[in-house]
Amino acid sequence: MPKLRQQRIRNFCIIAHIDHGKSTLADRLLEMTGTLSEREMDAQVLDTMELERERGITIKAKAVRLVYKYEDGEEYILNLIDTPGHVDFTYEVSRSLAACEGALLVVDASQGIQAQTLANLYLAIEHNLEIIPVINKIDLPGARPDWVKKQIEEVIGLDAEDAPLISAKNGIGIEAVLRSIIERIPPPAGSDEAPLRALIFDSFYDNYRGVIPYIRVKEGTIKPGDRIMIMSNGKEFEVTDVGVFRPFLTPVEELRAGDVGYIAAGIKSVRDTRVGDTITYAGKPASEALPGYKNLQPMVYCGIYPAEGAKYEDLREALEKLQLNDASLVFEPETSVALGFGFRCGFLGLLHMEIVQERLEREYGLDLVTTAPSVIYRVMKSNGEMVEVSNPTNLPPPVEMEYIEEPRVNVQIISPNEYVGAIMELCQERRGEYKHMEYIESTRVLITYEMPLNEIIYDFFDALKSRTRGYASFDYEYIGYKKADLVKLDILLNGEVVDALSTIVHREKAYAKGRAIAQKLKEVIPRQLFEIPIQAAIGNKIIARETVKALRKDVLAKCYGGDVTRKKKLLEKQKEGKKRMRQIGSVEVPQEAFMAVLKIN
Amino acid sequence: MRDIGLYIHFPFCLRKCNYCDFFSYQGMEEWISPYVDALCKELREWKEKLVDYRVKTIYIGGGTPTLVPAELTARVLDLCRIIFYVKDDAEITIEANPGTISREKLSVLKSSGINRLSMGLQAWQERHLKTLGRLHRSEDFIRSVDSARDAGIDNINADVMFGLPGQTIDEWLETLYRVCMLGMEHISMYSLKVEEGTLFYTWLRQGKINLPTQEEDRLMYYKGRNFLHQHGLEQYEISNFAVSGRECIHNLIYWNNEEYIGCGSGAHSYFNKERFSNHRDIKSYVEAVMTGTSRIEYRELVDETNERFETIMLGLRLVRGIDKEGFVRRFGRDIYHYYGDAVEKLIGKELLVDDGRYIRLTNRGMDVQNSVLLEFLD
Repeated sequence: MPKLRQQRIRNFCIIAHIDHGKSTLADRLLEMTGTLSEREMDAQVLDTMELERERGITIKAKAVRLVYKYEDGEEYILNLIDTPGHVDFTYEVSRSLAACEGALLVVDASQGIQAQTLANLYLAIEHNLEIIPVINKIDLPGARPDWVKKQIEEVIGLDAEDAPLISAKNGIGIEAVLRSIIERIPPPAGSDEAPLRALIFDSFYDNYRGVIPYIRVKEGTIKPGDRIMIMSNGKEFEVTDVGVFRPFLTPVEELRAGDVGYIAAGIKSVRDTRVGDTITYAGKPASEALPGYKNLQPMVYCGIYPAEGAKYEDLREALEKLQLNDASLVFEPETSVALGFGFRCGFLGLLHMEIVQERLEREYGLDLVTTAPSVIYRVMKSNGEMVEVSNPTNLPPPVEMEYIEEPRVNVQIISPNEYVGAIMELCQERRGEYKHMEYIESTRVLITYEMPLNEIIYDFFDALKSRTRGYASFDYEYIGYKKADLVKLDILLNGEVVDALSTIVHREKAYAKGRAIAQKLKEVIPRQLFEIPIQAAIGNKIIARETVKALRKDVLAKCYGGDVTRKKKLLEKQKEGKKRMRQIGSVEVPQEAFMAVLKIN
Repeated sequence: MRDIGLYIHFPFCLRKCNYCDFFSYQGMEEWISPYVDALCKELREWKEKLVDYRVKTIYIGGGTPTLVPAELTARVLDLCRIIFYVKDDAEITIEANPGTISREKLSVLKSSGINRLSMGLQAWQERHLKTLGRLHRSEDFIRSVDSARDAGIDNINADVMFGLPGQTIDEWLETLYRVCMLGMEHISMYSLKVEEGTLFYTWLRQGKINLPTQEEDRLMYYKGRNFLHQHGLEQYEISNFAVSGRECIHNLIYWNNEEYIGCGSGAHSYFNKERFSNHRDIKSYVEAVMTGTSRIEYRELVDETNERFETIMLGLRLVRGIDKEGFVRRFGRDIYHYYGDAVEKLIGKELLVDDGRYIRLTNRGMDVQNSVLLEFLD
């Protein structure tokens, strides 16, 4: 009886701000439903990547199937779909939400709702999900569950009266959560008999079976032997395996409308089965794809170079491997006069960029030099041609340019009202255009600014946190391109332009930035045998200058009582240090110099 | 027969200086006697290996070797003469701290063969001596020099330092002036180097002491060099100055990359194409020697590439520079054959000069010797 089967399925996700307890709650749900024995529970099962655990955020969505015996005596299948918790991955979040009928909104009992939660929550409401507020950490001293309930009602207009009050950490109130999931979240709909439409909401690359897409079957049935087609690109594959997450991949005979699971079909590239795409039958395709598919384009670019030139091939291999699992990562070879051979890499956002860099360093043991992140500029050339520039070095000379356009975003900040002044100041400094401010409750405001993306890609969030003592949260969405008065800021060492240090900045900020970079470089470039002028320039005009004085003393006084080895070792160490530096013209520049430039604002 | 130098280490100190990272220990006095026994045993073990050698220098360093009773030191030197061929005119140096040597002690040492005294004065001014953690005062230095002269020692070195925390140029020149007035035959002037693991290192990191800038350091160096030159002490090495004919023969062995053996804890040897050193820890050293287990802490075979580099590294410390013919005799081919590019490049940068017989550092080259040497590495 298919109807009955669907009635006993609930597909849901958890929406929460970082640290509000999403992973811990997921762990408790797994534990309570006996999905994993306590012995198998490595704390926070869903965050398996080391990096994710360290940062306390979930980078890639995952899914798990819980079986819970409800008081009516029936066993229910609860599919928990984990969502990434960061603004860079909004699209992936929206696809995960599209695979669910409901969401748990987990709010910290002492902190209340944060901007990111709100952004994801609105996404969930857009997808018509049933929202169940859950108030977590009620056992902590600062807990104010009534205040949070009121906030949820006032800010979101959700009835929070019956919200389960829980402590995920200490296992309090978990049963209530499970009951609410069954009672309040609607079961999936959709006919088993209709032509297959399955939503891809995640995937990973398996060395033996190729790409394993995670799917939510909306309509129809999928089983081994089926010939399937990916609707956006028409590519066809034969299904070899279907299964569910228990939480480990466990094969089943078939997946039917309402089910969440995975398939294996000898798919070679994650690019063929992008998140949001629809899987259908090759022979009897559905008439249209599921809504919402987008081919995501990178927003932020930077150059990534191996610290040692000889590691170029290793870097390429590592990027290729990461790309197997990450359809949003793009890269292409690039050459820099200063840094040699490397890659220009594109990312969804800054966090995505940092994650990729960290994984390259940690999982692949690579030492990297990265250039300052850049957005994609659109340049209208005098000849009427529009070109996109993601590497400042490639900006055409001013005489060949009509104008430059830069990408802009809508930034939403939620903060206690006492920091409004500080936030506005920060946004103005970053060329923000004030749009809107509203009180979402008596002491908290939602501030909206329109800002150039390039002003927030590096350290905006850090600056925001430091100016609001960590109380503000923020989110952004891309809105489009707009003309701006931008210039290329070059850095010259010993009279030569260092391509890897060039940046595109707003004209009004060029002087301050040029000065700051020159000063910073003066700190990090060690003295050498000759004096080194550091200059910042716009075109031919020098706007700042510093000097690294010549080395005056580099000699050991002592002979260490015949300990020649010690002296030789010191020299060898010095030589090693020199080797790690980049030779730019006759100047030796330490790797840190390229990073240091990032940290200026 | 070949010449060789002998270094003997006495690791004992009344108090470890605040800048010292050498292998010396305070509060180990009860180990002096077993240590000397072990030392004598180690010396005897060298006997067979040195049958074809003449010992041309003995250098007793520390620590504070003069903390060891003069009679024990005399015993060690007597032993050396019994088991090795020590040349009659051998240079035999002992290091001493001002205030640790009485007239009587010096007489005993003198009659046991000591003919050169090297004293660690470091600075003249009370406040610097205190910061450095030195136990003596400048009066002690005057008295010790007098006693040494009375005992008939006519070859005295003073170690002095510049670039001390808060040291002024005038203070530095005063130190040199005072020392020169006492008629030193030899002066070693070192720029303070703060080594990891010392109290100075901690203080520096805590901001309790400040060091001079490179420019100030060099100014002291230049002024010191000129001052000594005017007072008849010629520079023959980056940090060493001597009245003509009183250059330290033992240290020249190092700089000429010749062979030497070191006995005692932590002592280094360069012998038969090998560099090696003994255990630094006093107890481990004594135990190893007494039980006949290996006393070696570190050992390295010096292949020809390394030997060439070391010859350059050490030779360029000498004002005279590297003897080009000596280099050919040692390695079979001209220095340009091995290091042509580096030498040409450095001459071009005016860091080296080739005067036909010697290749040496220019004055500027001496300030940045390390940078110069890096060009010769691999």
